[in-house]
Amino acid sequence: MPEPTTLPTTLFEKIWRRHVVREETADTPAILYIDLQLLHEVTTPQAFDELKRRGLKVRRPDRCLATIDHSTPTSAPDADGTRHYVTEQAKAQVEMLHRNCAEHGIVLHGWDSPNRGIVHVMGPEMGATQPGMTIVCGDSHTATHGAFGALAFGIGTTEVGHVLATQCLLQRKPNTLGIHIEGNLAPGVTAKDVILHVIGAVGVDGGTGSVIEYFGSTVRAMDMEMRMTLCNMSIECGARAGMVAPDQTTFNYLDGRPQGPQGADWSRAVADWKTLKTDDGARFDRLVEIDAAGIRPSVTWGTNPGMMMAIDARIPDRADASTRDALEYMQLHGGARLAGEPVNVVFIGSCTNARLGDLRAAASVLKDRRVAAGTRMLVVPGSEATRKAAEAEGLDRIFTAAGAEWREPGCSMCIGMNGDVARPGDLVVSTSNRNFKGRQGRGVRTVLASPLTAAASAVTGRVTDPREFLEQQP
Amino acid sequence: MNDSPVADTRAAMGVLESRTFNLPVDNIDTDQIIPAQFLTTTERTGLGQYCFYGWRYNDDGSPKASNPLRKHDAATQQVLVAGANFGCGSSREHAPWALLDFGFRAVISSRFADIFRGNALKNGLLPVQVDEAVADWLLDHPDQTVRIDIANHTLDIEGNGTFDFPLDPFSAYCLTRGIDQLDFILQNEDAVEEFERL
Repeated sequence: MPEPTTLPTTLFEKIWRRHVVREETADTPAILYIDLQLLHEVTTPQAFDELKRRGLKVRRPDRCLATIDHSTPTSAPDADGTRHYVTEQAKAQVEMLHRNCAEHGIVLHGWDSPNRGIVHVMGPEMGATQPGMTIVCGDSHTATHGAFGALAFGIGTTEVGHVLATQCLLQRKPNTLGIHIEGNLAPGVTAKDVILHVIGAVGVDGGTGSVIEYFGSTVRAMDMEMRMTLCNMSIECGARAGMVAPDQTTFNYLDGRPQGPQGADWSRAVADWKTLKTDDGARFDRLVEIDAAGIRPSVTWGTNPGMMMAIDARIPDRADASTRDALEYMQLHGGARLAGEPVNVVFIGSCTNARLGDLRAAASVLKDRRVAAGTRMLVVPGSEATRKAAEAEGLDRIFTAAGAEWREPGCSMCIGMNGDVARPGDLVVSTSNRNFKGRQGRGVRTVLASPLTAAASAVTGRVTDPREFLEQQP
Repeated sequence: MNDSPVADTRAAMGVLESRTFNLPVDNIDTDQIIPAQFLTTTERTGLGQYCFYGWRYNDDGSPKASNPLRKHDAATQQVLVAGANFGCGSSREHAPWALLDFGFRAVISSRFADIFRGNALKNGLLPVQVDEAVADWLLDHPDQTVRIDIANHTLDIEGNGTFDFPLDPFSAYCLTRGIDQLDFILQNEDAVEEFERL
């Protein structure tokens, strides 16, 4: 589709324009066409009910992709295939998605699918996520798919119903926030550390009302998994969407994926995708500059992701109510170090950090080492495909030999809906995305970290700078 | 549409007059508003019992002595005043469903998270965004009588002035007439079909 103007525009603006069904006016929001809706069991039952109540059908079942991930057990099934759900209600929720998808002709990747996984891991692996698309899901971490140069964002259940019924959403055009990251990452610094650093710089609500575009040499050098980690946590600074312009790294990742364009369609698609970038001279509403050289392995010390610091720094010593409340909950002290704090549980998983590269990073630390006595470590691959790839490399054996639990794919302890929770008061070093109070279980203290930092902390049983282990590499 | 409390709130709203109830905490995330353990429900009703659950109950389910909502009077205090960045985190629409079922009809804050704001407006829970100075004054002065006029998007604090708050005209239109936003998209079905043909 030709661009209606030659003025320099942002990547976001280009994708937005391609999807406007009806322009916004002072009185009405734009009607935006949605290319792909991802569905899971938690945020969809009431949307399907609404369709039923109104006698509406799903307009485009072919533009829906469903899986089960949040309420599903990550323990292995019994020999007879029985799965142990945390409650009957969790099981009923999963069964309801099966019924709703069957009724409306939507493909659902359930227990028997080799593709099943966390929705934001599965979509890209299948090639369903493609540059230039609009993608939504009743899940705030939908921004993950922006790593491919898609406009992807989380919506509520009422909006899930809107998209099911009409394939459209009512949207006011958001602002743009450019995040320019330049330079090389130091050893031991991962995409997770970059995004925690960005959230610290922008603030926990600094991105509200905005779509982020991440760009610069640091981002260009990242592989697709790293870009997904980066975009995934955009919501943690308030931005509904985060995106990276597609490039050869993107095309190489997508080439040959089953749901991607095939044959002659592939070269046509790539030619189009190459136009999806922010033009020279295009303006962001706001621009933040980040020096990659200044980023160190990072962790959170408080109860929202903006409460972060470099792992070798001291916990902020401030008297404001938020800081005091967070430190009281975390049982930590301002001015003290977090490194060295005893760790009860280590969780490697979630849509942020449960892809093959994350598992490899954790395994590189755990190889020929043991998880510390008294520390529990869960490793939960993001999808069946990731699990299979990891097992083919023997990563599962490294984890189990170290004394960690190698579990079935799912959201698991990131949100704890399936019963994978820690005990009250436990300190969890977690590769997930939220350290809110009670998120990983009542009274549980979450420290967000990279897979390297989490694995290093598992070995020592204390919050540990992963660079100590890099120096020990043979 | 009349068989559940949440559905009822989607009926037309005009002016809400109520006393305020304060939760002077910044960054109240949706995990606080309704913890994830209660999201296995397939209903949108009856979630008030889980609203701020971790703040109201101990691990063993007994009431918390420190519960900041223990003095909330659902009959008279339908307006919640909270710290900045209310509703951050997860996209769960269960958050406004729980707040409504608990008895709130509006939330006043100096900043709202985007997804929460959208979810609230679609369920008749009014996000009233005011300047920090106004929010801070309300947080310092609990149990005020306020009058929220949706059509004119004004907040009147009895005896202490009237303040504008931003409200998307389309949302105001839908709220004051009890119109469902889905109907608006459905009315444009021809345009959607045309778009899909191109």
